Amino acid sequence: MVPKDLLFTNEHEWVRLEGDIATIGITKYAAGELGDVVFVELSGVGEAVAQGEGMGTIEAVKAVSDMFAPISGEVVEVNEALEGSPELINKDPYGDGWMAKIKISDKGELGNLLSPEKYKELIGE
Amino acid sequence: MPNKIIETTLFEKSIEGLSGASLPPQDVPSAETFGIPDKLLRKGKIGLPELAEVQVMRHYSRLAALNHHVEKGFYPLGSCTMKYNPKVNEDAAAMPGFALTHPLVPPELAEGALELMAQLGEMLCEITGHDAITLQPAAGAHGELTGLLTIRAYHEKNGYARKNVIIPDSAHGTNPASIVFAGYEPIEIKSLENGLIDIEALKAALSEDTAALMITNPNTLGLFERQIKEVIELAHAVGAQVYMDGANLNALMGIVRPGDLGFDVAHINLHKTFSTPHGGGGPGSGPLSVAEHLAPFLPTPIVLRNENGDAYFDFDRPDSIGKMQGFYGNFLVMVKAWIYLRMLGAEGVREVSEWAILNANYLLSKLVDHYNLEYKLTPMHEFVIDSTNLKDFGIKNIDVAKSLLDRGFHAPTMSFPLIVHDALMTEPTETESKASLDAFAEAMIDIAREARENPEALHRAPVKTPIGRLDEAKAAKLRILRWPIPNEI
Repeated sequence: MVPKDLLFTNEHEWVRLEGDIATIGITKYAAGELGDVVFVELSGVGEAVAQGEGMGTIEAVKAVSDMFAPISGEVVEVNEALEGSPELINKDPYGDGWMAKIKISDKGELGNLLSPEKYKELIGE
Repeated sequence: MPNKIIETTLFEKSIEGLSGASLPPQDVPSAETFGIPDKLLRKGKIGLPELAEVQVMRHYSRLAALNHHVEKGFYPLGSCTMKYNPKVNEDAAAMPGFALTHPLVPPELAEGALELMAQLGEMLCEITGHDAITLQPAAGAHGELTGLLTIRAYHEKNGYARKNVIIPDSAHGTNPASIVFAGYEPIEIKSLENGLIDIEALKAALSEDTAALMITNPNTLGLFERQIKEVIELAHAVGAQVYMDGANLNALMGIVRPGDLGFDVAHINLHKTFSTPHGGGGPGSGPLSVAEHLAPFLPTPIVLRNENGDAYFDFDRPDSIGKMQGFYGNFLVMVKAWIYLRMLGAEGVREVSEWAILNANYLLSKLVDHYNLEYKLTPMHEFVIDSTNLKDFGIKNIDVAKSLLDRGFHAPTMSFPLIVHDALMTEPTETESKASLDAFAEAMIDIAREARENPEALHRAPVKTPIGRLDEAKAAKLRILRWPIPNEI
C-alpha cells in the first residue's frame, strides 16, 4: 500500500511535508526488495544534502544501497532509534522507520517528486 | 524450532594439560635472553585449545559431514564455478620439492618451481591470447586491482592517468570496488533489454577521461557479448584500455581468446576455471595476463626465459607497479592448475568449456517452463532464472534456495546479478553427469510445484539440515567474530 499523503522519488524514497520540514525514509517496496536492514549510516545533523545526491548507505542482508536525498536542505534530525533497531525500516517504513528530517532549502524541488499515483505506477501496483 | 548447537568449538572442548604432541625439553635460549623488552612478553596464557590429535580430527570430520560441499553433492553456485577438484592436483602440490620449497630459497636452487611457473604462464597466455602474465595476485578481485593499477601506470606513463572506468550494470560487485581502490570513479551503464551492453549508452559514457572499460564476458547472465569487437573498438578509439573480468573464462577456453577479441587485460581465476579448491577450501589465485604494451607495468618480479630457455625472475622492471604480494603468488595453487592443464591437454581444455556450456543449456531447457527467464538469449556456461513466477504464492528466491538444501543440493547464487529480481544464477559446470543434472532439475520442479500447493512448507525450509533457517539480520548485526581469549597481553 502506498500512502496517499506522501511524495516519492524514482529511487524509492518518500517525503512527508510539514511546513518547510521534510521527513524522509524509504518505501515499503524498497524495504521489501532490500530484505532485512541491518545497518544505516546517514549524513549528520547540520550537514547539507542535495536532491538526488547520496546522503548515506543502507546495509541489508542482500545488498548495500545508497540512500539519496529526496530534496535539498539541511539535516535537522536523524532517527537515532535506527542505530540500535534498523529493522524498524522493514517493520514500519512510513512510521517508526523514518530516517531523517530535512529543512527544505528550495520548495521548487518538490515538483521533481512523484505523486502516490505515479509511484504506484513505477512499482507496478 | 530454534537452532541448537550441534558441534561445540575446539575452545569449548579444550581440556587443560591435554596435548597432541610430546615435545622434547627446550634446548634453545628462551625469549628473555634475546633482550626482548619485558612489556612485550606474554604473561598470561596463550588461550589456544588444548586437545589431542584425535579430538581435533573428529571435530573437523564432523563439521565436514554437517556441511554441504562439492565432494558431497551438486553445488551449482553461478559465477563461482564450483567444479570438482581432481585429487591428482593435491598429489602434485604435496610433492616435497614443491610443498617444502621455502620462498626465500635462491632461485637457482628452485629451478623446477620456476620452470613450472614459466610453463603455467605460457599455457595461460595461450588460452587468453596475451603476451605477458603475472602470477602474483592471490584471487580474482586482487587480479582486478592489479590490472587496474597496471592500466593506471600505463596511462600515467603516457602523461594522463584519466578519471573513470566504465562497467555494465550486470558487473560483479568487486568491479566497482576495485575501480575505487585504484583511484578511479566507476561509471555504470545500463544493459539492453536483452541483457547485453548498450552500444549507445557506452558511446555516451566514453570520453578522453575514460581509463578503462571493464567487462565480464560471457557476462553475469551467462550471455556472450555479441558486439564485443565493436565495444572494444569504441573504447580503444578514445584511448581507453579494455579489461576482461575472467570469472567466466571457463566458457571460452580453446574456443575464443580474449586477446584476439582485443581485450588488453584479463584476470584468470585459477580457483574457478582451473579446478583449484576455493570457498573455504584453499587460497585463490588470480593471475593477470596482458597485451604487450602493458607488460612493462606488471608487478615485479615476473618469470621470463633467458637465451638458453631457462626460467628466471626478472626484477629489473623500472615501470612496474611494484609488488602485489609478499612473494610470488600462491605457488601451490599454481602447481594444481599446471597439473590440471597437463592432464587435459589442448583438446581437453576446449572440451571443458564445451561441456560446461552443454550442461548449462541442458539444465536450463528442463527448468525454463517452471521458473521465469528474464533474459532469453541462449546462455553459455551459466544461466539466470528467477522465482518471480512464484511471487503470488509468497515465495521468494530464498525459499527456493532453502528448499533445495532439504533435497540435498546447494542453492544457486541468489539475488545476483542485481538486474534480475529474485535471481537464481545457476552454473552446473562440466564436472556433473546427466544423472546429477536430472536430479537437480527434478528437485527444482518439485519445489515449484510445492510453492503452488503448499507454500508454507517452503517458508519453513530447510528442515532436514543440521541447522534450520538462520536469522540473517541477527547474524549481520550481532557480530561475534572470535572466541574471547583470556588474559590477553
